[in-house]
Amino acid sequence: MQKMLLVDHEKCTGCRTCETVCSAMHEGASNPVRSRIHVVKWEWDGFMMPFTCQQCQDAPCIAVCPTKALSRDAELGRVVVDYDKCIGCKFCITACPFGGIGFDSVGEKVIKCDFCDGDPVCVRFCSTQAIQFMDASEASLRKKREAAESLPMIMKKYKIY
Amino acid sequence: MPLTRKIAYIDLSSGNIKIASIPERLRRLYLGGRGIDMYLLYKFVKPGCDPLSPDNVVTVSAGLLGGSVAPAAARCHSGAKSPLTYGVGSCNMGGFFAPELTFAGLHHLLFTGKADKPTYLWVRNGEVELRDARHIWGKDAFETQKLIREELGDEEIKIMCVGPAAENLVRYANVRTGLKNTGGRSGVGCIWGSKNLKAIAVRGTMDVTNRYPIEALNYADRWQKQMMDTKVAQALGYDGTMFIWNVTNTTGLLRYRNFQFNKLEDWENLTIERFHEEQHVGTTACFGCPVHCRHQWQIKKGPHAGLSGEGPEYNTQMCMGGMLNITNWDTILYGSHLVDKYGFDMAEFSNIAAWAFELYEKGIIDEKDTGGLRLEWSNADELLPVLLEQVAYRKGFGDLLADGPYKALERLGKPEAEYYLLHIKGLGNMISDERATPALALGIATSTRGCDHLRSRPAIDLYHLPEKVLEEVFDGGPMSSDYRSYVGKAREIWVMERIFAVIDSLGTCKFHTIFFSPHMPSWDNWSKMIYYITGMEFTPHELRDIGERIYTLERMFNHREAGRDRKDDYVPERYFAEPVPGGLPIVKGFRLKRKKFEQMLDEYYEFHGWDKNGVPTQKTLNKLGLDKEPSHML
Repeated sequence: MQKMLLVDHEKCTGCRTCETVCSAMHEGASNPVRSRIHVVKWEWDGFMMPFTCQQCQDAPCIAVCPTKALSRDAELGRVVVDYDKCIGCKFCITACPFGGIGFDSVGEKVIKCDFCDGDPVCVRFCSTQAIQFMDASEASLRKKREAAESLPMIMKKYKIY
Repeated sequence: MPLTRKIAYIDLSSGNIKIASIPERLRRLYLGGRGIDMYLLYKFVKPGCDPLSPDNVVTVSAGLLGGSVAPAAARCHSGAKSPLTYGVGSCNMGGFFAPELTFAGLHHLLFTGKADKPTYLWVRNGEVELRDARHIWGKDAFETQKLIREELGDEEIKIMCVGPAAENLVRYANVRTGLKNTGGRSGVGCIWGSKNLKAIAVRGTMDVTNRYPIEALNYADRWQKQMMDTKVAQALGYDGTMFIWNVTNTTGLLRYRNFQFNKLEDWENLTIERFHEEQHVGTTACFGCPVHCRHQWQIKKGPHAGLSGEGPEYNTQMCMGGMLNITNWDTILYGSHLVDKYGFDMAEFSNIAAWAFELYEKGIIDEKDTGGLRLEWSNADELLPVLLEQVAYRKGFGDLLADGPYKALERLGKPEAEYYLLHIKGLGNMISDERATPALALGIATSTRGCDHLRSRPAIDLYHLPEKVLEEVFDGGPMSSDYRSYVGKAREIWVMERIFAVIDSLGTCKFHTIFFSPHMPSWDNWSKMIYYITGMEFTPHELRDIGERIYTLERMFNHREAGRDRKDDYVPERYFAEPVPGGLPIVKGFRLKRKKFEQMLDEYYEFHGWDKNGVPTQKTLNKLGLDKEPSHML
């Protein structure tokens, strides 16, 4: 059953714990530039958007890779890098429309979210559950329920019932 | 590893910059952050100097654990000799600046001398340079950050800066980062201004390695769960620091109209609930913090509709609100916007402004003294933005208010005014009325920053926790559950001082300590976390000694620079003279008793190993290794 990282930016407080623990888990060090997830901030507007690889079904990075180092792991629903094949040409970085894959200049390799092999550490640490890990088919049901929960209040306010 | 982080010495007079390692021996004595900053102050401040002269220094630091996986390893400390108290100037702010400094390879910055023109420091991955700030001198604390980011071309740059108040040498000017993070108290920003230091910009992409990364992560996970399981974390996460107001107001532990009332009868407008309904638009957090105690606000109607920002805090609610007889949230938030913009301490302002209003009410000053301003409590809403601007730019009556307690009293020249100005050692009191809470009164009386609550405030003292719990959490007893009691309170303050000294040196948040809840992390937890992240071993007992050492060094600094001893360790006369006017029956009519206070002071000195006059004994100095200060470890 394919998984998905569902981000709800309204719950994000911008604490960047996800970045710290991601880099610590993967590289043994806290270092936001080595994190696979990044909170994009519009600081003065107070808008926070956690952003990471979207694990595309039809990934441009896979299409462009000259050594087939990138491939799709259907079981978890993620795109993975085989470092034995990767030559670090960085075309994947150019191809990705989201900045989902990046280059770690400390470790000298491309990096991207790999769901921590099934137990994402960012999800474990996010205190507001702004990032959730679930079966991809569940994601829209989850969102429907959350949206529906605010409906009774709105309907009552506008006297629809 | 945090232990590879360096210190940069920046001499603003000559422009010379030197980068050096921080000896492990220094870490073993002072850890980092505030601890090492106090060591630097003691060593580098020219004894007896005028705080506004080039002989003063400015320190800026991240804590030992800054930028690591420890929850909320976000805090930044800045120190100098205070232009208000002539003793320890020390302030602390959250946000994202200190972690960025750590990622840039540094833990400490020491500024000496004075630049001949406005300057800012640019730190990038171990490289440090001074840059011209003439084009940003005069800009407010928001614009400064935006302009520097544009100039240096990177949205991820974090900036710590001062606003126009510091440039105008307002004695309680502060340091700022982000929308509202503030190193607020003791006038450290003023010293930045006196040195022509406008800002520090930092960008870092270097690893903060953990000695034992998996253990550190797992421990951080457990620590986070421990914190988030407490009720107070839930309350803070939803209401922010204002969670406590309904209780303190109903009980009668707050200051209204300077110090004339301790409870607001017409309270509905000032509630956190009202704020949630009308201006609250979101919640944010500091670096690495799961509690997210910070609000985002937006004013929706009136002349400032559309204005937004971060906050308010409990202190905003009262400093821009209750103390000045203001109960309109839009006015309060606009006031907080202005202090964030101009860059000065709203606590110091509120205290001195409320004093002026009371003097006016009592006819001790009139319109001739105030430059035509009619300081009536009913006008406070309208006068707030006017006074804030006057203080920031030292115009009119604001020029006198900008000088802080000692100088304002001197300039006013009316001896009868002194009784109404609540300050200790030259630092104004904040929003609490400590008459019914001896522990809290002792805390502000003895704080090394002056009349300040953050060297020691045990908010849990107010919870009436069982004595057994208090005795366990405070390393012994007896300790009374009743906050009106004097029993065990000296011990309480002594223990809190050591805890806060250590936390401020680790660079994590005081809210995650027994400040608010007995279930929060403590000595054992810090010992383990330090080990997993840095590999350094400190027993909980050694950490207590470090807290003691840091606090005692501050005491020594105050003694050396301003002759502080027992005579300065008292709450204002008003606390003894006037009984509590209102509130719940258990506090109304309560009087702080001088004799009991003296006894508490005696006990407190004994715990610290100081003599009857509050001066550290030679035996204590030897035991803590302080007989060697100022040492030559750097």
